[in-house]
Amino acid sequence: MIQLTFPFSEASIRALKVGDAVEISGVLFTGRDAVHKYLFKGGELPPGVSFQDGIIYHCGPVVIRDEDGRWRVMAAGPTTSAREEPYQGEIIRRFGVRGVIGKGGMGDRTLAACREHGCVYLHAIGGAAQVLAERIKAVRNVHLLEQFGSPEAIWELEVDRFPAVVTMDSHGGSLHQEVLAASAAALQERL
Amino acid sequence: MEALQASLIELIRRTSAEIPDDVQRVILASLAQEKQGTIAESALKIIEQNIELARRKSQPICQDTGTILFYVDCPVGFDQIAFADTAREAVRQATRKGYLRQNSVDSLTDKNDGTNVGPGAPTFHFHQHRADEVSVRLMLKGGGCENVGAQYALPLERLQADRDLDGCRKVILDAVHQAQGKGCGPGVLGVCIGGDRATGYEHSKTQLLRKLDDRNPNPVLDELERKVLTTANELGIGPMGFGGRTTLLGVKVGAINRLPASYYVSVSYMCWAFRRHGIVLDPAHGIAGWLY
Ligand code: SF4
Repeated sequence: MIQLTFPFSEASIRALKVGDAVEISGVLFTGRDAVHKYLFKGGELPPGVSFQDGIIYHCGPVVIRDEDGRWRVMAAGPTTSAREEPYQGEIIRRFGVRGVIGKGGMGDRTLAACREHGCVYLHAIGGAAQVLAERIKAVRNVHLLEQFGSPEAIWELEVDRFPAVVTMDSHGGSLHQEVLAASAAALQERL
Repeated sequence: MEALQASLIELIRRTSAEIPDDVQRVILASLAQEKQGTIAESALKIIEQNIELARRKSQPICQDTGTILFYVDCPVGFDQIAFADTAREAVRQATRKGYLRQNSVDSLTDKNDGTNVGPGAPTFHFHQHRADEVSVRLMLKGGGCENVGAQYALPLERLQADRDLDGCRKVILDAVHQAQGKGCGPGVLGVCIGGDRATGYEHSKTQLLRKLDDRNPNPVLDELERKVLTTANELGIGPMGFGGRTTLLGVKVGAINRLPASYYVSVSYMCWAFRRHGIVLDPAHGIAGWLY
């Protein structure tokens, strides 16, 4: 099991290969449809927030506020990443992103940006809401909450050994393409 | 109706937090089958941990608590209108308690009023039978896996699928291939051969009410189920589409009549977070027993 710790250096990311299982510790920033569209259209990150050497997590967490005002993450599984394909490559380049976590994989433009810039796509286990929520230790901050609402806001999450698998690396490798091609060939033989 | 409401809230809680035994057994068996040290194995391990954690904490297994589908078997003269009213209230309360996510959106305005109740939500299927017993089954069907469901009209040239059982086999396997890991596999297929478009899909979902370890009473369909399951698990798609030996946990196929002009094969894909439970009501509308 490979351990990754924030901030994620280019060297540590370039060392990753498709099929590597990793555990991530440190900070993750959630971002889904609204955030991607906003940043792609030229929007700026709020003051004090930087994605440089950071990881974006495609996730709309269920978060509640304790009586003492602390945020608590109740569920935090990945959402389908394909919807961000039109925006992701540009955001990786412009903000210096080193990793994107989600589910279902992404397309060629994201793969190209991963290669150019030194970034990876990390697949979390879809549906494993409880296990993943347990690995989130604290909510450090939340941004753009008013503007986008809770699931779409940028949540700054402190994580400890958050599990994921590298399914697209910075060398042009994509597990999704590999499995699709291999399973197509296997199916062809059996039709 | 208070007793009924309490029974239905408990049905919802348990369905959302606890995978039925028949499904968990197959997940455990598939975990033992995967090669050690692979990412397929570690994905299944996390799934297994998640199942245990959700049960222990009585929290939703997956944050998408799905489309809410009630299947009710009831005697002649049973008041379906009163039942549906009570069930809608149970859904509202279960949502407030956090057993269900606020998961139902007005298709025209995109508004989510946070109740999970609205046109078509929840959905009810009532069936009368000549017995006094009332039983209620509940399925929570996730969105990601619903998106990879498919309906085929045979013949289909692309797959050289004719209007026969082998044609059915081909299109069902094609659906598995198209889905890859996107439906949060390993999944279970509910399939219907025949019907019109709407009835076909509906019947494919009711196949998911069968226990995974049952055998199809129709030997022809039984053979088809086994064949598709074996072949699908040879495709190497694996849990989450990571590659591996477990692509499907089960296949359930039903057949209903069709018109001479049409031949549909409808496939519903259920994710590993297979949430269905059922209760038999006692005369006072308490829970007399569990069905899965
Ligand atoms: S497909 Fe199933 S496991 Fe995956 S996110 Fe949807 S409900 Fe959860």
